[in-house]
Amino acid sequence: MAKAELMNYEKALEQFEVVIGLEVHVELNTNTKMFCGCRNDFGDEPNTNVCPICIGLPGSLPAVNKRAVESSIAIGLALGCSIAPTGRFARKNYFYPDLAKNFQTSQYDEPIAFEGSLDVEVPSGKVFTVGIERAHMEEDAGKLTHIGGNTGRIHGAEYSLVDYNRAGVPLVEIVTKPVLGAGAEAPELAAAYVRSIREIVKALGVSDARMERGNVRCDANVSLRPHGQEKLGTRTETKNVNSLRSIERAVRYEIQRQAHILANGGTITQETRHWHEDKGATSAGRPKSDADDYRYFPEPDLVPVQPSHELIESIRATLPENPADRRKRLQAEWAFADLEFRDVVNAGLLDQIEETVAAGAKPQAARKWWTGEIARLANTEDKEIEALSVSAADVAELAQLVESGKINDRIGREVLAAVLAGEGTPSAIVAAKGLEVVSDDGALLAAIDEALAAQPDVIEAIREGRMQAAGAVIGAVMKAMKGQADAARVRELLVQRASE
Amino acid sequence: MSELTPDLVRHLASLARIQVTDAEVDRLTEQLAVIVDAVATINKAVEGDVPATSHPIPMANVFREDVVEPSLTQTEALSGAADSDQGRFRVAAILDEE
Amino acid sequence: MNELIRKSAAELVELLGSKQVSSVEVTKAHLDRITEVNPTIHSYLHVTDEAALSVAADIDRRRAAGESLSPLAGLPIAVKDNLTTTDAPTTAGSKILEGWVPQYDATVVRRLREQGMPILGKTNLDEFAMGSSTEFSAYGPSKNPWDIERIPGGSGGGSSSAVAAFTAPLAIGSDTGGSIRFPAAVTGTVGHKPTYGAVSRYGLIALASSLDQIGPVSRSVLDAALLQDVIAGHDPHDSTSLPESLGSMADAARRASVAGKRIGVIKQLTGAGFQPGVQARFDESLALLAKAGAEIVEVDCPSFEYAIAAYYLILPAEASSNLAKFDSVRFGLRITPEGNPTIERVMAATREAGFGPEVKRRIILGTYALSSGYYDAYYGSAQKVRTLIQRDLAAAFEKADVLVSPTAPTTAFKFGEKLEDPLAMYLNDIATIPANLAGIPGMAIPNGLADEDGLPSGIQLLAPAREDARLYEVAAALEALHEGVWGKRMMDFAPELKVGA
Repeated sequence: MAKAELMNYEKALEQFEVVIGLEVHVELNTNTKMFCGCRNDFGDEPNTNVCPICIGLPGSLPAVNKRAVESSIAIGLALGCSIAPTGRFARKNYFYPDLAKNFQTSQYDEPIAFEGSLDVEVPSGKVFTVGIERAHMEEDAGKLTHIGGNTGRIHGAEYSLVDYNRAGVPLVEIVTKPVLGAGAEAPELAAAYVRSIREIVKALGVSDARMERGNVRCDANVSLRPHGQEKLGTRTETKNVNSLRSIERAVRYEIQRQAHILANGGTITQETRHWHEDKGATSAGRPKSDADDYRYFPEPDLVPVQPSHELIESIRATLPENPADRRKRLQAEWAFADLEFRDVVNAGLLDQIEETVAAGAKPQAARKWWTGEIARLANTEDKEIEALSVSAADVAELAQLVESGKINDRIGREVLAAVLAGEGTPSAIVAAKGLEVVSDDGALLAAIDEALAAQPDVIEAIREGRMQAAGAVIGAVMKAMKGQADAARVRELLVQRASE
Repeated sequence: MSELTPDLVRHLASLARIQVTDAEVDRLTEQLAVIVDAVATINKAVEGDVPATSHPIPMANVFREDVVEPSLTQTEALSGAADSDQGRFRVAAILDEE
Repeated sequence: MNELIRKSAAELVELLGSKQVSSVEVTKAHLDRITEVNPTIHSYLHVTDEAALSVAADIDRRRAAGESLSPLAGLPIAVKDNLTTTDAPTTAGSKILEGWVPQYDATVVRRLREQGMPILGKTNLDEFAMGSSTEFSAYGPSKNPWDIERIPGGSGGGSSSAVAAFTAPLAIGSDTGGSIRFPAAVTGTVGHKPTYGAVSRYGLIALASSLDQIGPVSRSVLDAALLQDVIAGHDPHDSTSLPESLGSMADAARRASVAGKRIGVIKQLTGAGFQPGVQARFDESLALLAKAGAEIVEVDCPSFEYAIAAYYLILPAEASSNLAKFDSVRFGLRITPEGNPTIERVMAATREAGFGPEVKRRIILGTYALSSGYYDAYYGSAQKVRTLIQRDLAAAFEKADVLVSPTAPTTAFKFGEKLEDPLAMYLNDIATIPANLAGIPGMAIPNGLADEDGLPSGIQLLAPAREDARLYEVAAALEALHEGVWGKRMMDFAPELKVGA
C-alpha cells in the first residue's frame, strides 16, 4: 500500500470546508436474533447458534423479534427522532458468502425512526448539534475467516470459512445528516458523536456498547469543498473504524489526503476505504459502481411495523435522562472543577467514575485513578481503557485501600498492575503479596533508630528546624521497609524522636 | 420497444450471479424482449394516484417474543454443504490473486 | 386394481375409523399402484414406501389399542417436492437441489405427521414451480393420465396426476399463479388455493412469497375440505399466516348449497380466447346453478387485462431474490470451474449449471424489474395494478357471493406445444392469476369433458379473502349437480391407464 501524500492539516482547513457523515451500527443485546430464536451470542463454537432461518435454508421464513423493535424505538426516541407510523422491512440484494440468503433484511424507504438530533460536546467545550437522518433495523452477516496466503487477510487467501453464528444478530443503523461547520474540530466531533451514541445505547440498556467487541461500529464519510462552494464534494466512506481514537485519526487523515488531491487539481473517487490502525492510514476499497444495484423491495415475508401511540409513549416514559442533563448532574454531585470534568468527559470515563463512586470510592479518588494511572497504562499498552481488565469495583477497592492508609499510592499502582495482569482483586493481591504498609510504630521506630545511628548528625539538624535533612532518614526507613510504609507516619515518628 | 440490449442482459446476469455464454445472452435478449414488451403495457394501467400493494392481505405488528429456541447442531448445520472445514462452511477465495 | 385406491378420502376415513380396513392395507394398495403406474405417469420423484408403511403400521397399532386418533390418521398422502421433508430428498424439481435432504420439516409436513398420515412420496413439479406443464422439471415431465401424450398441468402436475392416476387419495400442492388449479382443470380433479395466509408457507421453497399458497389436491370437494382442515391454521413461523381460524371446510362442503347465492360471471374471463368445448361446459354449469336456485349476474373486472403483466413482473422480481440463496455454499450443487476460481465464479457457474432455462429467464427478468431506473415503471406499477385488481374484486363481490370462470382457456395441450413460446405458456394462467394477486381463495373443480377432444375442462370459483368456506359450500353443490347429470364421478370418465407403454 503506497502511502498517500497528505496536506498539512491547518493548511487543508484554510482551503476547504469539511463535511462529515457518520453511520453507526449498534448491535442489540437481545436474547435472540433479529428474525429467529437462535441465541444472540457469536463467540460460541462456529455454526452452533444457527437454524434454518439464519443459514438461509430453502423454505425458511423470518419472524421479527419484538424486543429488538422496542429497543430500536427506544434508540430512535433517545435521539429525538420521530417514530414512523408504518415501518417496513426491505430486502437489500447482493451476493456475498457471509450473507446466507444473499440479501440482507433491512429497512429502506420506511425506517422505524427518522429526523432527530443529538447535541455533542467536543473537547474544547463547544457543543455541536448533529442531525440524525434515520435509524433503521437490520440483521448482521456471518463471519468470514480467510485461510492461507497473507496472514488471515482477504487478499491472497486460498479459501475462506464461514461461521453464521453472527448472521441475523439484530443491528440498528443510525445515519447522520451531513455535518457541516465543525472545521478543525470535525475529527473530534466524529469521535465525540460516536461516544455519545455509545453512552446513550448503554444507558438505554439495549446494547453492551463495547466497541472493541464490535457492539458499536462506525463508518465515517468525509468530503471537502472549497469555502463558499455550495455543492457538496465527492465523499469517501471509511469502513469499520472501531475505536474512538481511530475515528478521530481516520477523519483527520481523510481530510489531509483529500485536500492534497484536490489542491493539486485531482478528483476524489467515490469509494469505500479501509482504516489501518497500524499504519495510521486509509486504503482504497471497492469503488462505488453500477454493481451496487441493491434492488431494494419490500420484504414480502414480513408485515409492516406500526407501533401504537401507547407503545411509543410507554417506551418514552422509561428513557433514562439524556446525556447532557446527566453530565450536569454528575459534575454537581462530584464537585469537579470545569477542567477536571471536561477531562473526564473527553476521556470517556463518566460511566467508569460513576460506577466507581457507586462502589464506594470518593469522586476525586475515582477520577484520579481513571484519568491518571489507568489511562496511562492503557496508553502504554496501546489499548482502549474499556479493553483493560479492571472493573469499577476493583478501582473502588483500590481507592479505599489507599484512603484507609493500608497501602500507599506507590503500592497502589503496583496493585493496579497486578489487577490488570489478572492476579485477582486489589485486597487479594495486597494480602497475597504482603503489601500492606507497616503500621507497627515499634518496627518503624526501630528502623528510624537504625538510620539515625548511621547518620548521627541528622537528629541535630532536625532539632535546629532544618527539616530537609529528614529526607535521607525517611528514605532509609522506606528502603528498610521495602516501600511498605506510610512516609508521613515515618516523618511524624522521626520528629517525635528528635524532640525527645 | 424494449430497452433490453445484450449488454444489459449481461449486466443483469452478472447481478444475478449467473454465468452466461454469448449465445445465451443473444437468446435471452430475444426472449426477454418479447416478454418485456408484453408486460410493459402495465404503465398504461396505473395513471393517477394508486397505492402499491406489497402484501395481499393487510396485516401489521406480527412479532416473536425474545425467547431462545433450539438451534441446529453444527453437524446438522453443515450437513448439506458441498465443503466444510473446522466447523465452518468452506468457500473459494473471495478475491482474485493479484 | 385394488378397489381401495378408487375410494375417496372421505370413504377411506370411514373405513379406517370403523376398522374395516387398516392403514397398512390402504397404504400398501397405493404403493402397489405407484409401482405399477409411476414409471409411466412419473408423478413421484421420490417414493418413501418404508416410512409410509411404518407410519401406517404405527397408526394401526394405536387404533387397535383404542387410542383416540386424529381425523385423517392412517390416510396416505402425496406431497409436492417443494415442501421440506427431513426423511426424503427435496429438490423443487431442480438440479441445483439434487439429493438435498432438508434439516427441518415444513409446517404442513409436520401437521401431516402429527395427524398420522403416511407420506407416500414427493411429487414432480416444474423447476421451482415455474411452469404450467411440468416440462420444466429437471427430472422430466409427469404425464396426464387421461392422455399420456399431454401435460398434466403445472407446476403441480405431479400432485394432480398422482390423484388422477389413483396413486394417492390426496396430495399437497402449492399455487403461485394457478399451480394447483390449472393441473386440476386438465386432469379432472379438484384443487383449492386457500386465502393467502390460511396455510403456513414455512418450509415451502419460495417462488414468489407474496403469491405462494399451499393447498389441497383431491378428487372431490369434500376430500379437499378434509385436507384443508388439517393443514390450515396459524403458524408463528410464518409472519403472514392468518391469526384467526377460517372454520371447518368439511362442514361447509357437507352443507353443499347454492340456492339464493349470487354467482358472478367475470366478463373478462369468458368468450373469446376460450376453447369452445371449455366455454360450452361452463355455460351449462351456469344453467345448472340457475336451475338450482342461484342467481347468475355478470361482473366487470377491467383491470384483469393487466393481471398477467403484473404477475410476470412481481413473480420474477420476488423469485430473483428468493432464489439468490442457491449459491453452492450451505446446501445444494457446487460447480467449481477450472483453475483457481473465486467464490463469485463458483456461484455463477453453479447457478448456470443448476438452473434450467425458464428459471434463468425469470431470474433475469426479475432482476431487471427491480433494478434501479426500472423499479418504478415495472415492479412499482405492478404493485399498483394489484391494488386495482383488489378494487375490481371488491366491487364484484358487492354484486356476487362467488365469482366463476373457466379455470383455464383450454384443455390439456400436448408436450412441446408451448415450450418455445413463454408468452403462450403464460396465458394458461389468465383466469387463475387474479386470485394470487389479490390473496383471495380460488377453487378449481371438474366441469365435464370438452366435445372437441374429450378431455377434462374445469370451472373456477372465487370468493372474498377468508371466505374459503363459501367456496366449499358452493363447489360441493355444483359437484353434486354435475354428478346428478353425469350419473357418475368425473374420474369415472377417465380411460383405463395403459402402463408399460
